[in-house]
Amino acid sequence: MAATAQKDAGRRGATEARLAALGLPKGGFTASARADALSRLVAMGLPVKRDEYWRYTDPSSLTAAVAPVAALFKGAPEADLFGGRDRLIIAFADGVFDAGRSSADLAMNGVEVTRLALADQADIHWARDLYGVLETAGQTPVARPLAALNSAAATDGVLIRVTGRPALPVHLVYHHGSTTSDAMLHHCIRVEAGAELTLLESGAGAARLNVVTEVDLAPGARFHHVRGQGRDHDRRATTAIFARIGAGALFKSFTLTVNGALTRNECVLDIVGDGAVAHVAGAALGDGATGGFVQDDTVFVTHGAVGCESRQVFKKVLKNGATGVFQGKILVRKGAQKTDGYQISQSLLLDGDSQFLAKPELEIYADDVKCSHGSTTGAIDETALFYLRSRGVGREDAVALLVLSFLADAIAEIEDEGLQAEIVARLEGWLARRRKG
Amino acid sequence: MLNINNLHVKLEAEDKPILKGVNLSIGAGEVHAIMGPNGSGKSTLSYVLAGRDGYEVTEGSADLDGMDLLAMEPEERAAAGLFLAFQYPVEIPGVGNMTFLRTAANAQRKARGEPELSAGDFLKLVRAKAATLKIDAEMLKRPVNVGFSGGEKKRNEILQMAMLEPKMCILDETDSGLDVDAMKLVSDGVNALRGAGRSFLVITHYQRLLDHIKPDFVHIMAAGRIVRSGGPDLALEVETNGYADLLSEVM
Repeated sequence: MAATAQKDAGRRGATEARLAALGLPKGGFTASARADALSRLVAMGLPVKRDEYWRYTDPSSLTAAVAPVAALFKGAPEADLFGGRDRLIIAFADGVFDAGRSSADLAMNGVEVTRLALADQADIHWARDLYGVLETAGQTPVARPLAALNSAAATDGVLIRVTGRPALPVHLVYHHGSTTSDAMLHHCIRVEAGAELTLLESGAGAARLNVVTEVDLAPGARFHHVRGQGRDHDRRATTAIFARIGAGALFKSFTLTVNGALTRNECVLDIVGDGAVAHVAGAALGDGATGGFVQDDTVFVTHGAVGCESRQVFKKVLKNGATGVFQGKILVRKGAQKTDGYQISQSLLLDGDSQFLAKPELEIYADDVKCSHGSTTGAIDETALFYLRSRGVGREDAVALLVLSFLADAIAEIEDEGLQAEIVARLEGWLARRRKG
Repeated sequence: MLNINNLHVKLEAEDKPILKGVNLSIGAGEVHAIMGPNGSGKSTLSYVLAGRDGYEVTEGSADLDGMDLLAMEPEERAAAGLFLAFQYPVEIPGVGNMTFLRTAANAQRKARGEPELSAGDFLKLVRAKAATLKIDAEMLKRPVNVGFSGGEKKRNEILQMAMLEPKMCILDETDSGLDVDAMKLVSDGVNALRGAGRSFLVITHYQRLLDHIKPDFVHIMAAGRIVRSGGPDLALEVETNGYADLLSEVM
């Protein structure tokens, strides 16, 4: 008991130190949600490595009072991700709105876009009903203290309400310009019945970035999300998406993670309406030789309605001591009949130094469901490698082709072929740079 | 073209000798067939020539137009003009057949110091060659060999051969898994590539493939060696009498 008390004291001390280092915004319409989040956080405390869902990923650098220094990216420049297409841009630099790099006019038919920091003094009903609400719901049965911290302390973010089918995607760009920045952004997105949004995100954003996105999909709404988390080697990021998915709605999210010292992407999907579809996918490529790489996807999908489909497709390519983590759960509630749940997590280890840690979970309380999960770890297939080389493709190029082959299922989860091609081009770039080095 | 001299090979993992002194010389433009019972070393010979890992050459040599094949990487052998049509073509999900063909063709051209083909020229060339093998645009778009039937896979091998224009083609049991019509189609594809000094080594269990691809020479392989060589009639003799009689004579 004494040891436990001591450990809890350690957690409490860390939580207090973290909060003391933050200037907590008072908030306007978010004030009560922020106060609530703060009290919840104090009660649960920040995560420590012995917590069940942090065993594979050490949270200490995410919870430390001061963000570890992260050098700015110095590698070969690359065209901005999604830069070639028309889109509505909202840019943040180290967590601070960057007007100069944002679209001059945020007005677009079918969508209302506002910044949290500006809207906080207004009373936006839909956002008041969303801010911190899905995050709170997503704390059960698994605590997500860093998301509660975000609800309490986020300094800015965007509020997006979609009422139609806007002509352009909304692109959140996260610039990283300070080696010591510690940024917290909180986004609320409400897609009304029958409306549709494509949300793009790109960039490292800060030395340490914490992003929470609450997504509320009304019946028949469609939401496409594609993000790349920047190339900065030292940056740390923790993200959490909390989505509530209504009847007949479609939720699709894809994340590309290349580089980064530590990335924890949580995705909590609550399927509440019949006939809804929710897919979440990720492709991660990590080279431990560039200063360490730990990439963690932690997903929780709850089926609470009839005839819904969920898919989790996660692929990780790891080398030189990189670590990949996947913790994915499908919970099928009583009465959620005709559920079709699928989960696959796979790693391709390019050497013997890297590791993949996976924890797939199924919990099913309905009797007429189809749920499957699989997890594999493997090396490059020598037969396929020989086949390609026997056609004249050099070893390194052949390995790159097989890496792309391995990632294909995850990339196929992106619906838009143009966006798919952009992600593939990023992957090819990453692989090509590693061939030269 | 291809000279194999006293080739001894063992499996690295098992320290088990497979080839025990193979001698074979294939001249430019010639078609040779190797027949033999299961386990005689036919496929091993094709893999060793193409450069697959896992085999150790303990004695002997193999050269292609005077180049020491055994000292080259698999991709170098391909660029030098060697092609192996696989018995079991490999599926590569997520890589389009066309992308794969173009990557391979351009890699070989680059290795030989030739200019790469433009996307347009390449497309035209592939379409023309694919049509003769009854490979449609859909099959070219699909991932390499994924969801292909046995016949489609073998036709795809021949398409690769047609696109890469090797000078020494090895066909490893290309007839396995093929029905009569597919065998005819594949054979026609191979026959269209004959001539122009291009040589073939056709490995098969059965004489029937040799009805379509007519060899100049037939060799019987057993226990890691070529035990008999002759003309096309030798294949008919195998078909009539089986391997047992033949082998009892020579071994």
